[in-house]
Order: sequence, then structure tokens, then C-alpha cells
Amino acid sequence: MRTILFILQKEFRQLFRDKTMLPIIFIIPVFQLVILSFTATFEIKHTRLVVVDQDRSAESRELISRFKGSAFYIVTAQAETYQQAAEFLKNGDADQLIVIPENFERNIINHTSTDLLLVTDAINGSAASLMSAYAMAIINNFNQYLIVEQMPSVTHTEPIGIESSYWYNPRLNYLTYMVPGILVLLVTIIAMFLSGMNVVKEKELGTIEQINVTPILKYQFIIGKLLPFWMVAMFELLFGLAIARFLFQVPFLGSLPLLLGVAAVYLLVVLGFGLFVSTVADTMQQSMFISWFLLVVFILMSGLFTPVESMPDWAQYLNKLNPVSYFIKINRMIMLKGSGFSDFSNLFYTLVVYAAAVLSLSVWRYKKVA
Amino acid sequence: MKQQPAVVANDLTKSYKSQLALKKVSFQIENGELFGFIGPDGAGKTTLFHLLTTLLIPDTGSASVRGFDTVADYAAIRKIVGYMPGRFSLYQDLTVEENLNFFAGIFNTTIAENYHLIEDIYKQIEPFKTRRAGKLSGGMKQKLALSCALIHKPEVLFLDEPTTGVDAVSRMEFWEMLRKLKQQGITIVVSTPYMDEAALCDRVALMQNGEIMLTNTPQRIVDGFKGELLAVSSDNMFDLLHQLENIPDTAAAYRFGDRIHYVSERNIDPEIIQKALASSGQKNVVIEPITPVIEDCFIMLMKSKSKNDPN
Repeated sequence: MRTILFILQKEFRQLFRDKTMLPIIFIIPVFQLVILSFTATFEIKHTRLVVVDQDRSAESRELISRFKGSAFYIVTAQAETYQQAAEFLKNGDADQLIVIPENFERNIINHTSTDLLLVTDAINGSAASLMSAYAMAIINNFNQYLIVEQMPSVTHTEPIGIESSYWYNPRLNYLTYMVPGILVLLVTIIAMFLSGMNVVKEKELGTIEQINVTPILKYQFIIGKLLPFWMVAMFELLFGLAIARFLFQVPFLGSLPLLLGVAAVYLLVVLGFGLFVSTVADTMQQSMFISWFLLVVFILMSGLFTPVESMPDWAQYLNKLNPVSYFIKINRMIMLKGSGFSDFSNLFYTLVVYAAAVLSLSVWRYKKVA
Repeated sequence: MKQQPAVVANDLTKSYKSQLALKKVSFQIENGELFGFIGPDGAGKTTLFHLLTTLLIPDTGSASVRGFDTVADYAAIRKIVGYMPGRFSLYQDLTVEENLNFFAGIFNTTIAENYHLIEDIYKQIEPFKTRRAGKLSGGMKQKLALSCALIHKPEVLFLDEPTTGVDAVSRMEFWEMLRKLKQQGITIVVSTPYMDEAALCDRVALMQNGEIMLTNTPQRIVDGFKGELLAVSSDNMFDLLHQLENIPDTAAAYRFGDRIHYVSERNIDPEIIQKALASSGQKNVVIEPITPVIEDCFIMLMKSKSKNDPN
């Protein structure tokens, strides 16, 4: 036990003495949390729309005014022809164009159907589908109005009325959705990189040669190496939660001790990965790249940006191996839903098994190598 | 209890992939000895030290330190040996005092407890005890590393090339420190590429290409030198080596400092050499019989080995 304390003392001394690493550990996460939370949003406001109104009728103006009235749209220009409008899209001066054909109003009055052309810049696919959906919503709305206005004789009570309400995030606030996930990400980065680099640093500087010819036991060395980063990451999580709660007013409905308990286990998984990386790598540079590779895969598949449910089946199966996705899910449940332990006990037990597996694998591998 | 010898090795062999680093190395080091492994870079000294300090496992053969097997009883060995790697291996971002404290701590002792052992050495760096180890000069780093290797009062001290890259004065100081430590009863095993340091050891083993060529006291090694050693110099040193090699029955001719050392297969009269060189156009030839040193013995051993074993 005394031996572990000596190692801990040494590790913390080195950590707090490192003029480059210290700011990275404590300031950059704050920056990331603040910047990412504001910028990682999928809401598309101010879609720039070009209108080609070939009808110039009351009905066409009515439709255009509906776009103008929407918070999601700015009508940047009116073009004479489709070609002119397409030019705007091509130059990146507009995101969407709509063509209202001649005889738009006449067809409506004659009760014959009419068509609209809607073109969306789809370089960013998810943004495009959102813009398209916004446009559809406005046009559908307009359709409803036409039915009521043009055919008053028919009764228009719809067979099924839809009353929708949004639970857990009633105002569909993206910040509320993103912050719990970003917190997980930051904690993961800190724990993984620091633990992955640390043992390798001793290898690279040759200090491990001296350490290995001492009575320090492997388990003491590993605990002494991982515990400091476990503590730093836990501190980081609390710090981030405080920022989320008080700076972004993200709700925190669940229990804090419960979240910390899950985090404690989750971090063991991440530290296990870090330790594993450091047994594979010989230099800090290698360690950086392996950690980065693992993290990018974990993060992209984690459900932070895109829902896991929309991934192909194989990716969803693969995701069962992704610790980040577990913790993001649990963290969102605790923070936003106020879920209790029984709501995610399966996920938690999986994490426990995962932690045990990864840690024993990397400790076994560490022994073999060193 | 019967006193176990400090270090015993039987047919130690170790290879890295296809490269054979040590070939069937055997020796015994007695308690209280100052034992030196002398050989050029690549002779296998560091590999041997890694095997003895439990950092590596031998392919075949075995070794023991104070009766503990280096593989089976590695944990016991780690408690009783001090090790100073060839490369500076302390924490550069910790201060002198913190490094020493850390190593005392993990050996479950304190600086105060064994201060008497390191006093002579540590006193010299104590004024800089709040300085980071990375900011120390080479000589001071070496003293700190030695202090850290000694702080737990080891029974056997392994020093892998402790004087490599250290200036001549510091080297002599360092050997003086080792002599004092030996008086405290610590067995010291040291490796060095510097032949002149061999004379400072009680016994030495001459190593080359992963093998021990000879183990003996420095005096006996020198006494065992076969033939008469002559030191030759002239105005035209450039051609001299070649001309000497062409004299019949030459055993060896090699540069040594600013002269050429010459050994013949038979007891040759220096006059004959004089004449031979003069006929080749050499002027001011000086030939002087001298007593060989370890390096001469080493070179002769290497020559006879490569003759017997053309590979």
C-alpha cells in the first residue's frame, strides 16, 4: 500500500509539473465543452431560398409569404428562370430553390393538381433532408389551407388527429441533447490519452528499466499509473457537469451519485484501453496514433452525432463493443430523463463485464511485454 | 548459513530474433569483489546485465544472484540488488531529492536510514537537491543515479557502463567512489568499454561478440601476455603499419595511441626490424620494448580467436 502511495505521489508531482500537459488537461476541455456545445447543432436556421415565381398570382404570393414568414427561411432572391436560380445554388449563394410553374393558381381553382419543383443543395446530406422536411411542412400546411379555402363544401375533419408533444426535451433544444454526450467524450479523451501515453513515456525515457529492477509489483505499478488519471477524469466530469448545469442550464434530473458510479466503472474500461495501447506502442507518437484511431471510431459510432438506431445492422452489432455509446446513452438517460438504476441496469452490467475483460486483457498483456 | 557466491552464471545464452547476443557465458563472482566486464560496444555486456537483473529471461542456461535464481526468484533478487542502467533512467522532471525519496520509498526505506552509505556521493550533489534531475550535468546525473541505486543498501550493485560519456576526471572520481563502496562490503559488478579501467577491478572478464574470452585478475591477464611487445614509431607513421605487417612471422601490429604496437611469432631481435624498416625507406625509427596493458591482451585474444574461427 505504501508503495502505491509513493507511485501516486510521483505521478501527481509529474502531472502538475508538466507545463504543457496541465493546461491541456484543465483548460482545453472547458473550451471544447463551450465551443462544441454551441456549434454542434443540427438545427438549420436561415436557409437561403431562391424563388422562381412563374405564375405571379395571389396563391403563389401566398405560398412565398409563408416561406418568408418562417424562422427557418430567408428568401434571398427572386429569379426569372430556373437557370438563373440554379446559378445561385451553384455559386453557394443559396441552399434551396423553389419553382412555382405557370397556371399554378388556375390549376388550383380548376381543382386539377399542380406541381412544384423543390431543389436542395445536398452536399451535406443530413442538412439537406432537414431543409427538405422544413419545405415540405410549409407546403403541406399550404395544401391544408387550400383544401379549406377552395372546397368549403366538403367537410374536412381529418380521420386521425395528431397531437404531438416532445418529452424530455420539450423545446427540442439541441444543447440539451449534445452536452451530456460531449461530457462523455471529453472524459474519454482525457482518460484514454493520458493513460495511453504515461506507461509509454516511461518506456521511451528508459525509466521503466530502473523501475523494473525494484520490488514494485506489477499490480502496484498499474494501480499507481491508472488511479491518477481515473481521479483526473472524475474531477473533469464533475467540472464539466457544473459548467453544463450553471452555464448552459442543461437540466439534471437524475441522481449525481448514480452518474458518478457509472462513470467510475466506465472509466475503468477506458483506462483499460489506454493501458492496452501502451503495451502495444513503443513510443508516445505510436500511442497517440493508436489512441486517436480507436477514439475516432468510438466517437463516430457512439450516437453522439447520429442516432445509433439509424446505422446499418452490422454497425449496431459492432456498437455493442463501443463503451462510449453505452455511457452516452446512460448519461443522457440520467441527466435528461432522470432514469434510475433499474432503467439501465443491463447497460451498466455490460460495462462492468467490459471493464473486467479489458483490464485483465491489458494487465495480462502488460506482464507479457514487460 | 553458507555464504552464497554473489553471482553465478552457467552457459547463459540469449538471442534477439536471429541475432545471437550471448553465447554460453559462464562465470562466478565472489562476495565483496569489484568485478568488471570489459568489451567493446555490441559485446553483449548490456544483455548480460539485463539477464542478471531479471529484466530478461535467458534462452538457455541459468544464473543466480546470492543463490537466488534470476528466473524463479526474480522478486527476491529485485530486493537485494542495486542497478544503474547505462542510460540515465531517473525522472528528469523530478528534483534530485524527490528522485532519491521515491526510490527510498519504493524499497520501503528512508534516506536517513542509509544515509551513511551514500553520504560521500550525495554530499556533492546535495547543494542542488531542489534542481530537476534533467537539468543536472553528466557527472552529477551519474552521482544521483548511483545514490538512487544505493539507497536501499543493496548486497550486489550492477553498474552498466557507468563511465561512458563522462570526462576523464569524473571517471577517476567515480572509480574512487566504487573503491570506497567495496570497503563497505558491497559486491560491485561493472561493465565498461574502456580498457584502462580494467586495472581498477579485482577481476575482469574480457568480452567480445557475446562470449567471454578470458576471466582473471588484471595482473594475471597482463602476465599471461605471450611474446614480447614492442612499441614502434617513425617519421612516416602512415606507411609504418603496413611495412611492419609485411615483416615475416609478424603476430600482430596495431595502432596504439601515437605509436604502433608490434608482436612477433618468435623472439625477434629489434635490430632486424630496424633494418627491414630502414630498407623500406623509414627514417628515425624508434623501437622500444614495453610492458603490455589489458588492451594489448584484448587485441591479441581477438586476433587468436579470429584465426581459430574464421567466421
